[in-house]
Amino acid sequence: MALKDEVRPGRPENIRAVPVRHYGRWIATAVLVYLGVWLALGVAKNPNFEWNVVGQYFTSSTVLDGLDLTLRITFAAMFIGIVGGVILAVMRLSPNPLVSGSAWLYIWFFRGTPVLVQILAWNFISVLAPKVGPTKIPEFGIGIPFGPTFVHFNANNIITPLVAGILALGLNEAAYMSEIVRAGILSVETGQSEAAQALGMTRLLVLGRIVLPQAMRIIIPPTGNETISMLKTSSLVSVIAVSDLLYSVQIIYGRTFQQIPLLMVAVLWYLMMTSVLSVGQFYLERYFGRGIAQRQTMLEKLWANLRTVRPASGGIR
Amino acid sequence: MSDQEYMVKAEGVHKSFGRLEVLKGIDLTVKPQEVMCIIGPSGSGKSTFLRCINHLEKINAGRLWVGDSLVGYRQKGDKIFELHEKEVAAQRQEIGMVFQRFNLFPHMTALENVMEAPIRVKKEPKQVVREWALTLLGQVGLSDKASSYPSQLSGGQQQRVAIARALAMRPKLMLFDEPTSALDPELVGDVLEAMKQLALGGMTMIVVTHEMGFAREVGDSLVFMDYGVVLEQGHPREILANPQHPRTQDFLSKVL
Repeated sequence: MALKDEVRPGRPENIRAVPVRHYGRWIATAVLVYLGVWLALGVAKNPNFEWNVVGQYFTSSTVLDGLDLTLRITFAAMFIGIVGGVILAVMRLSPNPLVSGSAWLYIWFFRGTPVLVQILAWNFISVLAPKVGPTKIPEFGIGIPFGPTFVHFNANNIITPLVAGILALGLNEAAYMSEIVRAGILSVETGQSEAAQALGMTRLLVLGRIVLPQAMRIIIPPTGNETISMLKTSSLVSVIAVSDLLYSVQIIYGRTFQQIPLLMVAVLWYLMMTSVLSVGQFYLERYFGRGIAQRQTMLEKLWANLRTVRPASGGIR
Repeated sequence: MSDQEYMVKAEGVHKSFGRLEVLKGIDLTVKPQEVMCIIGPSGSGKSTFLRCINHLEKINAGRLWVGDSLVGYRQKGDKIFELHEKEVAAQRQEIGMVFQRFNLFPHMTALENVMEAPIRVKKEPKQVVREWALTLLGQVGLSDKASSYPSQLSGGQQQRVAIARALAMRPKLMLFDEPTSALDPELVGDVLEAMKQLALGGMTMIVVTHEMGFAREVGDSLVFMDYGVVLEQGHPREILANPQHPRTQDFLSKVL
């Protein structure tokens, strides 16, 4: 340490160079600030945004209920998507061609059709159920194919629009998630599973303890994107009259005709929720990146910068 | 096990990858507590043979025993049955392996790397395993690195953690696949020293290596392999000083 700091006799002086001036950056900054002020004033001053109406409905119970349902749909669908995705990814990597082929077929079908169509189809799925009894109630049953059925239930009671929406979004998501998970698994070096096998670990243990935790580093960022995307895509369920955030504001403006301010309510809530999810994603990434790279939050970076004393001037920039 | 005459026995072991035959009939015996070094040019099949011993590769013909059981198979009369995945895993618990590229688990600290298998595979209590793992890390000279991640360790330190990790399962046989080939020259010594201590402690070892000094000093036997067969074997000092087969002579003249 002492050797490093010591100024040896005859050491040349630190270079004090005049930094390069970036005039282009100054012009770009000025233009952007000008446009930003113009946009902000326009939004704030235009009376048709009716910001007072936005404030009035922002925390109304209808909107909050819609928000609550949007979050529930998002997490339920992502849960189905992630669990289904892991299963499909493991299936696709199976040496058995029938198993990997089935997974491929699933992905082909669910990725190949629009999710809006899937939502509508799941909503009307009870049409497919056999009509039973004098009242012609559509009934689904759980049992062995070609064999006995153990439980019967009324299709209309089970497949409510909410369930249809969650199923459609979740099963569609599973197809996308499986590709993400598969990429993550393939990114882990084969030497890792060989080392684990050599220690006497079984395939399941190798997957759960060694391969998946490392694959997570690759899987988490796109999964965060998928979750954020799901939060917004979930608004599609409003077409089957599920009272999520979008449907709730639509109901209100259907009555009051204040479309723009109520859509602003939805916009602000969606933005807030996606922001919170982004922060969560950061911490998840940092956790699964342990041992590889240490990432800092913006606050930590600021703090670190403040603590390190920079050479006031001089030194090579 | 100690009253047995061999720890590893290979009889006519053949291994092909597709149409390429890599091992063309290997016959070997390794006695308990013996340190056998295998040398040979790259592509000679020495690493493949090592990987066959713990069934990371399946052999196509011949017989390969570790202790008194066939590796990866069970024989009943004339019939050979493949072992179930769990039985293979159980066989592997008794065989430690150290790889050229270390293959430490990067998401775990050095200590967690060593503790993983005894806890998950043998289901031993965590506290006991912890003590044992710290002892092993001490033996390879890394007590102060227990909480470091592999990325924070030098290659030589990583390889010594890998040795401790393999020893944590209390194997009766250790396989080393070119353990020092990926290391900077000044880091090789510490790893070889750890291996030497292990040999002095009576561990049975098969070492695929290019370190002729280690083979001469620590090895009990030396095997020269080329083209998938054993061309020469015997005492290290004799072979290194006076190779008989022209291929051995040629190879040694290039590496010594």
